[in-house]
Amino acid sequence: MEDEWRPKQCSVLLPTESMKTMAESVGVGQLQEESCVALTEEVSYRIKEIIQDALKFMHHGKRRKLTSNDIDHALKMKNVEPLYGFQSQEFIPFRFASGGGRELHFYEEKEVDLSDIINTPLPRVPLEVSLKAHWLSIEGVQPAIPENPPPASKEQQKTESTEPLKAVKPGQEEEGAIQGKGQGAAATEGKGQLQGFYSMLHICVNFFPLARSTHELSVEQQLYYKEITEACVGSCEAKRAEALQSIATDPGLYQMLPRFSTFISEGVRVNVVQNNLALLIYLMRMVKALMDNPTLYLEKYLHELIPAVVTCIVSKQLCLRPDVDNHWALRDFAARLMAQSCKTFSTTTNNIQSRITKTFTKSLLDDRTQWTTRYGCIAGLSELGPDVIKTLILPRLPVEGARIKAVLEGPVISNIDKIGAEHVQSLLLKHCAGVIAKTRPLPDNLEQYRADYSYLGPLLHSHVVKARAQATLQAQQVNRTTVTITQSRPTLPASQSSLGGTGGSRAPSIIKVPSSLTLMSTRPGTPTQPSPSATKYIVMATSAGAASTQQVLIPPNLSMSSSPVTSTVPSSASAQQPLVKVETAGGGASSVGGSRTLQKYIVVSLPTSSSSSSSSETKSSTTVPSSSASPISAEPTVKTERSESPGASFHGSH
Amino acid sequence: MAAVQDAPVEADNEKEIKTETLNDAAGNHASAAGGVIPSPPVASTSSSGPAKAGGPGSEEQQTLMAVLQFLKKNNFVGAVDVLRREAGILEDSDESQGQELAASALGGAEAGDATCTLSRASSCTTSTPAVAAAPAKGGEDQPDVNVVLSAYSQQGDPALYQGYYSGLKKFVESVLDCHRAELSQLFYPLFVHMYLELVYNNHETEAKAFFEKFSGDQECYYQDDLRVLSGLTKKEHMKGNETLLDFRTSKFVLRISRDSYQLLKRHLQERQNNQIWNIIQEHLYIDIFDGMPRSKSQIDSMSGSLAGEAKREANKAKVFYGLLKEPEIDVPLDDEDEEGENEEGKPKKKKPKKDSMGSKSKKQDPNAPQQNRIPLPELKDSDKLDKIMYMKEATKRIRLGPESLPSICFYTFLNAYQGLTAVDFTDDSSLIAGGFADSTVRVWSVTPKKLRSVKSAADLNLIDKESDDVLERIMDEKSASESKILYGHSGPVYGVSFSPDRNYLLSCSEDGTVRLWSLQTFTCLVGYKGHNYPVWDTQFSPYGYYFISGGHDRVARLWATDHYQPLRMFAGHLADITCTQFHPNSNYVATGSADRTVRLWDILNGNCVRIFTGHKGPIHSLAFSPNGKYLASGATDGRVLLWDIGHGLMIGELKGHTDTVYSLKFSRDGEILASGSMDNTVRLWDSIKAFDDIETDDFTAATGHIHLPENSQELLLGTYMTKSTPVIHLHFTRRNLLLAAGAYNP
Repeated sequence: MEDEWRPKQCSVLLPTESMKTMAESVGVGQLQEESCVALTEEVSYRIKEIIQDALKFMHHGKRRKLTSNDIDHALKMKNVEPLYGFQSQEFIPFRFASGGGRELHFYEEKEVDLSDIINTPLPRVPLEVSLKAHWLSIEGVQPAIPENPPPASKEQQKTESTEPLKAVKPGQEEEGAIQGKGQGAAATEGKGQLQGFYSMLHICVNFFPLARSTHELSVEQQLYYKEITEACVGSCEAKRAEALQSIATDPGLYQMLPRFSTFISEGVRVNVVQNNLALLIYLMRMVKALMDNPTLYLEKYLHELIPAVVTCIVSKQLCLRPDVDNHWALRDFAARLMAQSCKTFSTTTNNIQSRITKTFTKSLLDDRTQWTTRYGCIAGLSELGPDVIKTLILPRLPVEGARIKAVLEGPVISNIDKIGAEHVQSLLLKHCAGVIAKTRPLPDNLEQYRADYSYLGPLLHSHVVKARAQATLQAQQVNRTTVTITQSRPTLPASQSSLGGTGGSRAPSIIKVPSSLTLMSTRPGTPTQPSPSATKYIVMATSAGAASTQQVLIPPNLSMSSSPVTSTVPSSASAQQPLVKVETAGGGASSVGGSRTLQKYIVVSLPTSSSSSSSSETKSSTTVPSSSASPISAEPTVKTERSESPGASFHGSH
Repeated sequence: MAAVQDAPVEADNEKEIKTETLNDAAGNHASAAGGVIPSPPVASTSSSGPAKAGGPGSEEQQTLMAVLQFLKKNNFVGAVDVLRREAGILEDSDESQGQELAASALGGAEAGDATCTLSRASSCTTSTPAVAAAPAKGGEDQPDVNVVLSAYSQQGDPALYQGYYSGLKKFVESVLDCHRAELSQLFYPLFVHMYLELVYNNHETEAKAFFEKFSGDQECYYQDDLRVLSGLTKKEHMKGNETLLDFRTSKFVLRISRDSYQLLKRHLQERQNNQIWNIIQEHLYIDIFDGMPRSKSQIDSMSGSLAGEAKREANKAKVFYGLLKEPEIDVPLDDEDEEGENEEGKPKKKKPKKDSMGSKSKKQDPNAPQQNRIPLPELKDSDKLDKIMYMKEATKRIRLGPESLPSICFYTFLNAYQGLTAVDFTDDSSLIAGGFADSTVRVWSVTPKKLRSVKSAADLNLIDKESDDVLERIMDEKSASESKILYGHSGPVYGVSFSPDRNYLLSCSEDGTVRLWSLQTFTCLVGYKGHNYPVWDTQFSPYGYYFISGGHDRVARLWATDHYQPLRMFAGHLADITCTQFHPNSNYVATGSADRTVRLWDILNGNCVRIFTGHKGPIHSLAFSPNGKYLASGATDGRVLLWDIGHGLMIGELKGHTDTVYSLKFSRDGEILASGSMDNTVRLWDSIKAFDDIETDDFTAATGHIHLPENSQELLLGTYMTKSTPVIHLHFTRRNLLLAAGAYNP
């Protein structure tokens, strides 16, 4: 490889055309070819020299990236005037242009309107340098705290589970260093580790020893496990949010994974029998949090988790009062989870997706399947993507239509059946309309629809039409910008967030499921935030569309994110309304074409100055995630983005 | 010699940049060049000795004359007067002698002469091959660019060069295995010199072809130099290219066994291969030794520096590496503290320890320098208090070892935006200083005690000076804060160092200055100007008062805080001085350089007493073991090398890091070596084992050929990854807790 670049290094020269161009730019017209060649060599040599000097500054600056400042310093060292005003932190924005047989790279300088600069609000002041201490190692053992890298990388957990004999000790995985270690050294190290472990018991609650046995939990781990599980299924929502946050982010959980997995599967088994809807929801949220944790290698525990999730999708009865309780939301949520795990974990060997699909289809085809299970099957299948809908659900539409018709228009047998049928109907409409809109050729003929889909035909027709209108509207929007909010629905005054909570004793928790799970804007108690940044809202709107039935399905109220944030609302609300804008994808005009889960989130911050117009506020607020304050605190932002993934079809819908 | 005659005018221009530093010494500080420490606080009797008693009278005289000549030429009238007065030379004799001198064989270029003698005076003769060559060759070889380059002017058929080289290559491949490795060392210097000869004689295409054909054969660790070389294709480029000049002016040193050398000589004579023979004669220094030829790994471990290995005699000088006797301080047994000890339930431990410490300090180490070899500042009362604190802390020190590794507390600099360039902790770990690319120095207090500055002069007038708590009263409560920012530099700050008494802070910067800051008032006290180029590192002496700085101008300077000019200039490195470190006994300084050598300098006489070669990249960190016997150095190649100072030998190689090692530190008792690197890891090494392994070996100090243990992994005790935070400083607290610092780099 070295031989490959060697010949090159000798011959890298600037092209003579560059010399000509530069000469022209300073007013020298006719430059001889020979002089160009001479100049090229000289200039190339000098540039190399300067870069080599600049490298010194990079090394002493303890950086890996050469910056324009380094070049300036190198020039200064050579007694050459540095290039003033050429600052570039990240990349040098040269543009390429060609024409008239010439190729040019130039630095585009835009004309700037001074009044624009004056009128735009000042950017945020960069944060002051601050110092923060943490334990990198305690008597030779690295504690598993968020400040340290995860003790066992995913690959390592994988090797541990697949090839237990090869397991490598954390912290020494690099370049097979461990192989080189003598047996004696390894033994003494193990001893040291144990000592360290015991002395650490008093130091750090959130600590897990790096011992190899996965079956023994330390006292701290047991405590942690107890706290977490209690908080997850307990009654305090704030605590639960914190616990879930911990599960989703803590790097050292892999030791406890088997316990969590068993906890969830057993919990589901018991609570399905007892029809305890709330607990089932909590457990599903735990599954979600585990899946969100980037440091965990979940593959090993899917055999416990997947049955639990599937149970929550298709179980005949999930709650005590099927006519009143909103178990549909749980099914939807679980279905989304299922789809997510299919996406992440399905391989050619385990065939999760095909096995799940088979299960769903089998009970869907069964005539005796109850409405609840039917709903679950359809939801589960629909979440797997448009292809699955197209091949497995669309052909079933006439049959299902007939079945629904029988219930809805026939003699009233039972209220429960009727509600079930309605839900199935709206679910089908929501998922199928988008797919049909994409696949079915124009025009949308009502009669044709009726012929193809019988009972559901007319309804589908109207949905598809709306979806198409929606799609074109969106296409226009996308052309402009992706972030600006075109249709701002009149929205939440701050008080409304609490309104949702007053609805009923049970409903709110159900309502909260989809939204608050994905709301992880703040990480209370985590020490990584050196300074409190401006309050952020991340509001998740499930596009409810216009159909009233869907609004029942997922109440439109957007619950505010967990306690730390909401608490700030009332105080500022007295002064002015916090600006919370919701983008409903369909603009409320029609039912959503894309898919049911077309979710948008908008990050909105409290207006800090009353003078700033609302539009500029939202504009600036959209930049919050990227310019997010401190380097470490940027993490939560990342989390929010990732946590949005259950609405996987969100991206696809555009 | 023809070129020499034409040289002077041009030579002056050429040398301007490099000799500036020397001019400084000559112009402003002639006495420093003579090796006199100008009146340190403690009257020095011995220090003025070496200068006058040093050499034979006539040579000394000549040196002085040369200096005078130079000064006059540059119109430094004042300096001339001072020097004349100090040296006791009459005007007349000066005149006459000066003329004599001018007429003498030392040559036409006075400037060159002056620099030559100057640096001879201020640095070790053997260590500055550039100028050392002059006396040795009777003045034929001037350190002027043109003269040096003109050595290449001899013509050979350019087309034959490839033939010569491949002929030698074939020969080396055909010799016995045991000789092959040794003779292979010839390839790189020969390659470079032949290439340069071609370039110098304007055979551009041949040079290119030659480079392309053979550059692939060179050892991978010469990569960086080859890159510089590859850019150089014209004679004009050769002027002003410093890397190249160094290669020219210094002879590349090779160590070859007598047998191998004979073999080579015979071969070259048989083939009548004068071209190569000439290069060997003129540009290489072959250090021949008797005995077994060295193996490839032995050679590889020592080679890699810009100018080959160190000559054996360069490392022969005696080094007093022992520690100074600690001043005896009565430790008043503090009752409170004693109680605290009792509560902890280990009162017994304290007594014997203290005794052992006492006995240690009484026994005079045979390897230690004389107590007053270097005049050291006297202890103030506050220093004594601090020493007592230190001893108390030391009794609570944890004994480290492979069984009990230190805890590491990591200080992360957040929001530094890649701007953190240097960090230092105070010895008692109460303060952290950070140097930043935005020219600021920031100081943090890591204890609950906040940083306060002294009140303004007007307010100070108001306080009662008789009161007991006057020291408390002078502090301005209003100014208390956890951190302070020091503004003053006009470029990135590349080095910071606290004084041992925590009253001062040094910082050095790209702007060429070293600044001394007061930590009482948080203002700048002095800006030491001398380096005209970026200063890469600075370091306070463990006893305070003195400090060392080194930078791009390749000269390390020793300063005293109350002198605005350097006391010593250590010249000899062939590239930037990248890091500096004081020996624990304050009699020596170590400097690491981009020429991939570490040098140890004697502060007393400015001599270079050790040259350590073996690194394959610029050296960025140095650490002395607490007992003063060993030195560890870390470089951009990610390796840490261990050196025995007394014997001048490499004794270990610690491989593990994958990027530049920016910090090294021995634990307080020397059992553990901690290294921090750009690869975001802190690693702990078993230094006791590393040193023991060697001592059991039978090392032949005469030849200095060492067998490095194959596997340094056995010495690695732990690796601790950070979350994308390069480790740029390490510090052991007095109780052996390891502190590390770095900036989070998302």
